[in-house]
Amino acid sequence: MASKKEHVPFSGTPEQEAALKKVITELKDTKGALMPIMQQAQEIYGYLPIEVQTMISDETGIPLEKIYGVSTFYSQFALQPKGKYQISVCLGTACYVKGSGAIFSKLEELLGITNGECTPDGRFSLDSCRCVGACGLAPVMMINDEVYGRLTPDDVPGILAKYK
Amino acid sequence: MYRSHVLVCGGTGCTSSGSQQIMETLKAEIEMNGLTEEVSVVQTGCHGLCALGPIMIIYPDATFYSMVKVEDIPEIVSEHLLKGRVVTRLLYNETVTPSGNVKALIDTDFYKKQHRIALRNCGIINPEVIEEYIGTGGYEALGKVLTEMTPDDVIQCLLDSGLRGRGGGGFPTGLKWKLAKQNDADQKYVCCNADEGDPGAFMDRSVLEGDPHAVLEAMAIAGYAIGASQGYIYVRAEYPIAVERLKIAISQARELELLGNNIFGSDFSFDIDLRLGAGAFVCGEETALMTSIEGNRGEPRPRPPFPAQKGLFGKPTILNNVETYANIPQIILHGAQWFASMGTEKSKGTKVFALGGKIHNTGLVEIPMGTTLREVIEEIGGGIPGGKKFKAAQTGGPSGGCIPAEHFDIPIDYDNLISIGSMMGSGGLIVMDEDDCMVDIAKFFLEFTVEESCGKCTPCRVGTKRMLEILTKITKGQATMEDLDKLEELCYYIKDNSLCGLGQTAPNPVLSTLRYFRDEYEAHIKEKRCPAGVCKALLSYRIDADKCRGCTLCARNCPNNAISGTVRNPHVIDQDKCIKCGACMEKCKFGAIYKK
Repeated sequence: MASKKEHVPFSGTPEQEAALKKVITELKDTKGALMPIMQQAQEIYGYLPIEVQTMISDETGIPLEKIYGVSTFYSQFALQPKGKYQISVCLGTACYVKGSGAIFSKLEELLGITNGECTPDGRFSLDSCRCVGACGLAPVMMINDEVYGRLTPDDVPGILAKYK
Repeated sequence: MYRSHVLVCGGTGCTSSGSQQIMETLKAEIEMNGLTEEVSVVQTGCHGLCALGPIMIIYPDATFYSMVKVEDIPEIVSEHLLKGRVVTRLLYNETVTPSGNVKALIDTDFYKKQHRIALRNCGIINPEVIEEYIGTGGYEALGKVLTEMTPDDVIQCLLDSGLRGRGGGGFPTGLKWKLAKQNDADQKYVCCNADEGDPGAFMDRSVLEGDPHAVLEAMAIAGYAIGASQGYIYVRAEYPIAVERLKIAISQARELELLGNNIFGSDFSFDIDLRLGAGAFVCGEETALMTSIEGNRGEPRPRPPFPAQKGLFGKPTILNNVETYANIPQIILHGAQWFASMGTEKSKGTKVFALGGKIHNTGLVEIPMGTTLREVIEEIGGGIPGGKKFKAAQTGGPSGGCIPAEHFDIPIDYDNLISIGSMMGSGGLIVMDEDDCMVDIAKFFLEFTVEESCGKCTPCRVGTKRMLEILTKITKGQATMEDLDKLEELCYYIKDNSLCGLGQTAPNPVLSTLRYFRDEYEAHIKEKRCPAGVCKALLSYRIDADKCRGCTLCARNCPNNAISGTVRNPHVIDQDKCIKCGACMEKCKFGAIYKK
């Protein structure tokens, strides 16, 4: 059974499109503007589906295949929507040696999804990340912008319950 | 005029521990007690001792409170700020002498061997107020350079100082600038590598969050020295606080005309733009970083041409990392001789290390080059928790290697680390103890490089994947000794044939663990045993019948019902059903469960 949220229909609004066009007009003449445009587009839409990439291509004249190439190269760009609560577990070296692997497994077990996936109800998505720079608090995970440190696997259910 | 200043750390570590709420409560509490005219609250950058966050320091007597909670604030305000009584229970225990007196922070084991140059303002000034930076001598070096020195003087000063790049390679900074100056062009660029990708290293983030103007000032100095008018800072998007403070710093510097046209009334003009990284480790490589700023997939380019000839947008470019820049204003102000008097023969000055892993004082330390690993781990770091035995220190991240106990007394500098099979890298130092499996660690790093390899050259793209497959076989107990030979052969092949630094150094974690911990690899292969008890496929959990009291706690906690037995009688684990989660061992109160 696929727990992935695949082929989510694109549902952009005219407001989002206007915001994107404004960003593009502002940045178009800057040198190397593609990445800043894509970063802001992702902020507007939450992810970068092919429809948004096509819009960027149409407005800037940059070929779609180049935009697709860039969007698939960097881990920050998401082609699939993320969950309402984005969980990222730090698997940087300091967190790893302090047991963040077990935290990650616990989340996989509780949510029934794995790295890069989203729960069917769209509530949680799970990602591993490389070092949030809070190594002093290892092991660390983030849910949206909230950081949880000095974790043990036993802490995980209680933390998830806050987001139900 | 305030009678007291309360410094609250606003670095990422302490913010994650809740320092923002502490600051808000503190301000409210101070107002409630009518102290707003007398006490000032300052949000600073990182103090380095992240393990004890959130950190608060109250001046004038520099009382150091650690692990402060919101609930503690009323007491701190009413006792310390109103009545002048120290809240002893919140003091960092290292600052309390056996006789009960409070000693200065600078005399504690964590700080006394440190020498802060790059981190000199971190944790002391408010990074969001340019006047505080100027108040500690900020932008004086830029003024000196523009009014008293020629570009050649600046470069000579850096050459004489012996400063080498702090981002990993250790290339002499002055030489890099000299080469870029020699190439004439209508436009040149100064870039700053703030894409700190090495997992476990966070000194650059700390400098950007705690002292962003130092980087801007140094970049302007670099612009003057090589003849560039535009700078770019390529910073990780994962560092939101650093990005925000850089934006503030740039706009403040522009306002005071310390960036922009005709700086200090000279004919030198220089401006800086930010570019956000998007999560690709390879972009820490200089040519890949430039390709990324240009708006492309961040793939490296063959060198030559070197960036000093043809870099960003095809123009001569220099790229230095954050920590390197942070040293430069101080070198200009205090002179090359001052800087060169610190460190070892070939590695001058200080280096910031991020201590992490199995060590008491996790955090950031800046020490003179040539300090030994023993001093860093045992004295500054406070040793290993839980009475465990030291196994290795990993430096240099995915490009570096593991240093075993036999090299504990080696003075840390660029060349010594390379000679023992590791490297300085950006300064991550992760301590591992007897519970860490070195094959598993090597596999961990290879997983990282496989994921981060950009795919442009075959040795790295395919080679690292093959290495990971062999390592996975070893950790599952399915490998043969021939596999081990193949693994070693691949290491040398990938090292010699990869296009950029990522591939050329990717085998280092394997080579260094093979060099010092070959017996662990062989135990996995020949005896199908993981000596550290990490590799799950090679483990089994057993119950010691003599110690088991039959309390049934383990059986009740087993998620797979693999444990059977009756009350007050020894229990047994069904090996076929056991999923090796270790839950039983954690719960057992009698220490009756062991790994084999």
